[in-house]
Amino acid sequence: MAARGFAGDAGAPIARRLRKQRFGRPVESLIVASLWLCAGISLITTALIIGVLARETVTFFRDVSFAEFFLDTNWQPLFNPISFGIWELVAGTVNVVFWSLVLALPIGLASAIYLSEYAHPRTRKILKPLLEALAGVPTVVYAYFALTFITQDVLQPLLGNNISFFNSLGASIVMAVMILPTIASISEDAMASVPEELREGAYGLGATRLEVATRVVVPAALSGIIASILLAISRAVGETMIVAVAAGSTPNLTLSPLESIQTMTGYMLQVALGDAARGSVEYNSLFAVGAMLALMTFFFNVVGQLLVRRFREVYA
Amino acid sequence: MTLSTSAAAAAIRSTAQVARRQRISGLSAWVFGGATSLGVIVLIFLAIDTVLSGGSRLSWDFLTSYPSRFAERAGLRSSILGTAWVLGLTVVMVIPVAIATAVWIEEFAPRGRLLNVVKLNLANLAGVPSIIYGVLGLVIFVRLLGLGPSILAGALTLFLMILPMTVVAAQESISQVPSSLRDGSLALGATRWQTVWHHVLPGAAPGIATGVILAISRAAGETAALIMIGAFAFIAFDNTSPLDDFTTVPIQIYNWTIRPQEAFRQNAAASIIVLMVAVMTFNLTAAVIRERFRGD
Repeated sequence: MAARGFAGDAGAPIARRLRKQRFGRPVESLIVASLWLCAGISLITTALIIGVLARETVTFFRDVSFAEFFLDTNWQPLFNPISFGIWELVAGTVNVVFWSLVLALPIGLASAIYLSEYAHPRTRKILKPLLEALAGVPTVVYAYFALTFITQDVLQPLLGNNISFFNSLGASIVMAVMILPTIASISEDAMASVPEELREGAYGLGATRLEVATRVVVPAALSGIIASILLAISRAVGETMIVAVAAGSTPNLTLSPLESIQTMTGYMLQVALGDAARGSVEYNSLFAVGAMLALMTFFFNVVGQLLVRRFREVYA
Repeated sequence: MTLSTSAAAAAIRSTAQVARRQRISGLSAWVFGGATSLGVIVLIFLAIDTVLSGGSRLSWDFLTSYPSRFAERAGLRSSILGTAWVLGLTVVMVIPVAIATAVWIEEFAPRGRLLNVVKLNLANLAGVPSIIYGVLGLVIFVRLLGLGPSILAGALTLFLMILPMTVVAAQESISQVPSSLRDGSLALGATRWQTVWHHVLPGAAPGIATGVILAISRAAGETAALIMIGAFAFIAFDNTSPLDDFTTVPIQIYNWTIRPQEAFRQNAAASIIVLMVAVMTFNLTAAVIRERFRGD
């Protein structure tokens, strides 16, 4: 009792100062609070995106029935008979994404294999940043090339009247260049994280370099490769400028690369550039299409992230 | 006798087979290497094509003239100014918020569900297409806050768009600061914030700078989000206030690309040269900073 009292007497100022340091620094706790507020901005952003898209989409579905949106196959918001069947726009997006993948997938995987399994480290150090530079080119620049160079100077002289001036092929070719670094870079990361023992084992059994690459490394890195493809798809689905400039503005239920089409993003940009009155069905359709687009990219992103995490857990 | 000939034949056969497998493998090096250089060749080719078609239009007059109905008189003055305004405001907003978010995640956040939600949310936001950010900006900044298609609305939209990638970059460089620095500082009696401010942030600064510059480079080329908020106007004056209407270089490129006249296409090509020089300067600066501070 006496001892405690004594300690209390002598220690009181120190104890008080210590308490002050932990709890009594208003500035410090203010700073931490403001850090937390800043971190909250990204949460608010997500809430706002969901809120805005949901609210305006609900308004849209007051005028247009669910059945029309999902069962009708005609997207004709401007001329009578007006109809809002989303599938023509979805088909446009699928069209461009499909053909760009057909081109980018083999080239991207070949690049990843080359960089990871064949290239000298010095070559790799030069080539990889150059390839990744393709991802830094603004998409409006790609859009310019799709229209002026690919379509006008290459495709039209080659295919003549078989191809319309605005066509999905020109957009797809350029889109393939745009998503190439996504596929090559992420796949290469996945292949580089395959343990060296697996390769050495295969070489020890007499496998050639090609056999090691295709039968050992690629299967072992498969989830990372698939993730890279999904993330590339997500980028291509959300890409706007290339398709708005080069693919046309004709909603079209086709997978033909030679025809003029319109993607979901292309339609959204068209509404933004047009003079649709606020509150009109056409204006509201912007949000319904936007919600559809957000859902699609969200799906590809989430599955892609899950796969990336899985391959990291296995080998890292 | 028969046994040895068949053994020899088998040996020859298998040697031939090994030789063939080796040949195919050797060939594959060229095929894969060729595919890799294809991307690089495209890049070089596009650069040459742009310089050939736009190089002749590039002049001081082109950089300092307002847009015009006449292609020969049109220039980039208002779009360069608009780009500078928007990017400047975006940088001012994104640097403190991105660093604060990253510091909170890495240094202060209690490990738990909230932290996981914040991290997962950032990863998802990074994958949201830019045009969706444009829709958000249109409804919230342009309409709800009544900013109109102004520089401020554009900067706020781009700020939200590049925030996730900037935070992730800042997080990575903060987590690479050795924990011995933190322990030493805390052991000497510094508070957690003093430790962060005096030791963690200076160590992470090069990485954060790289991330910010790369994000700004992305914002500099952004077109869809800005058109979405309504920044597609004919601007023939110098911007003086964040509430002005504006245009940017990428928007001008889009505007000139979709016109049928060849002369406007040349303007688009010349503007692409300007934009690409800016973007490549950003990327190179980021690369130089990263290389210089790598060893530390």
